[in-house]
Amino acid sequence: MAEKRIKIKVDHLTKKFGELLVLDDVSFDVEEGEFLCIVGPTGCGKTTFLNSVTRLYDITAGQILVNGEEVDLKKHNISYIFQEFSAMPWLTIEQNVGFGLDIKKVPRAEKKERVDEMLEIVGLTDFRHFYPQQVSTSMNQRIGIARAFATRPEILLMDEPYGQLDIDLRFKLEDELVNLWRKTKTTVLFITHNVEEAVYLSEHIMVLTNKPCHVKTVIENRLPRPRDVMSMEFVKLRDHVTEMIKWW
Amino acid sequence: MRKRNKGKKRSYVGLSVLSIVLFFFIWWLFTEGFLGTIKANVLPGPVKVFTTLIDKFSNKNPDGALMQMHLWASLKVTLSGYVIGCLVGIPLGIFMGWYEKADIFINPIFDFIRPIPGIAWTPLFILLFGIGMLPKVIVIALAAFGPALVNTYTGIRQTKEVHIWVGQTFGASKFEILTKIAIPSSIPFVLTGMRVGLGVAWSTIIGAEMLAATAGLGYLINLCRGIYRPDIIIAAMICVGLIGAGLGYVLTLAERQLMKGGRW
Repeated sequence: MAEKRIKIKVDHLTKKFGELLVLDDVSFDVEEGEFLCIVGPTGCGKTTFLNSVTRLYDITAGQILVNGEEVDLKKHNISYIFQEFSAMPWLTIEQNVGFGLDIKKVPRAEKKERVDEMLEIVGLTDFRHFYPQQVSTSMNQRIGIARAFATRPEILLMDEPYGQLDIDLRFKLEDELVNLWRKTKTTVLFITHNVEEAVYLSEHIMVLTNKPCHVKTVIENRLPRPRDVMSMEFVKLRDHVTEMIKWW
Repeated sequence: MRKRNKGKKRSYVGLSVLSIVLFFFIWWLFTEGFLGTIKANVLPGPVKVFTTLIDKFSNKNPDGALMQMHLWASLKVTLSGYVIGCLVGIPLGIFMGWYEKADIFINPIFDFIRPIPGIAWTPLFILLFGIGMLPKVIVIALAAFGPALVNTYTGIRQTKEVHIWVGQTFGASKFEILTKIAIPSSIPFVLTGMRVGLGVAWSTIIGAEMLAATAGLGYLINLCRGIYRPDIIIAAMICVGLIGAGLGYVLTLAERQLMKGGRW
């Protein structure tokens, strides 16, 4: 099998807020097309981690390379699904989904095609002319997902996107995500504190330590898909990851 | 469930109507009604006031002008001043909210000027520009400028970080983040500023006209105080109230248009 290309290279990443050391010399590589779940104890700095990788935060030391060059949000096609709701209340759902395409100056006809496609996939076609504050929590989260995928990102970052959702809806959206990922071959970094979710979704699971945060281990996850949360192998892996997260 | 809500809403409307009816009834009761103890030259009753009000639209006495002339005189000054105040205040608010250096540079002067009420500028501007339209327009512009600026500034400052992040991850330039995210997200604040500014502008013009004017509702009120016509004073006050409410309603319509999905 041919060696996969390194998509993201994080090299000695360190982030301090004043005197508070949050990320302590973090280094790792992510292969192209990878689905990496990042788990760790609550408050260990997972969000800071993603915000530093994208350089939304200035970093204290280290470097982040995408395709071998310094990460640049204007050049690299990156999408980010945030933990909190991030749909713009002054735009309709349709306009929200097309927001990234507007910024990236995608021609109108192509934009419409992609927006239609994404609305269909996340089941929001009938609500396209509604505003985010008129629809439910889950629909709001789906707006974020559709907007992120519409730009066909080479890298997709997700920060506990399903943390606030009902369990049945979470399952549905997790399956949707896996389908989209397989179809688009995008590289996904998915933060969660839910170990089961991580085992269900990922190809690799990266376990972070408590603050100051560094990479404790990376666990390979080659369970066959579709995955069965009740199977022996699944439970075994889940327990193993849970064991690794424990810091006490 | 829906039906009950609808019924509930109707009974609330009834409550509002009731309060207005009650107000006029009590006024009438103690003036023209059977408990009429207040003399008409002190506080005329509602019937008298409304006859005067309607009559004033076709009767130039005692001040030499019809009510609509006064209305127009006041509205003309208010709207010109208000539009100027907003056209300066809103962009400056955006500018100060977005560029920290501009904020630091302008804020000290602004903090000093803001507590001075618009009406306090009137005598100075009369000395500078006479008693024509110009000094009043400037006073109104100043009065509307403050709230427009402060609220816009706050709105820009309160842009949600996550919305800015969305723009940044998609590779938006700083200018795009301003025009596509910060400015639209500040709309509710801008509209609040415009609403407050309009209220201040309208009350300031009435005050300014009492100090120096040859026409306008404030002028009419002040003049009728001298010639002992409380019925015209109250009729003019009713016009002030109605027009203020009407202007507010125009802004409500604009609000509905700009925030179709509801406030955020």
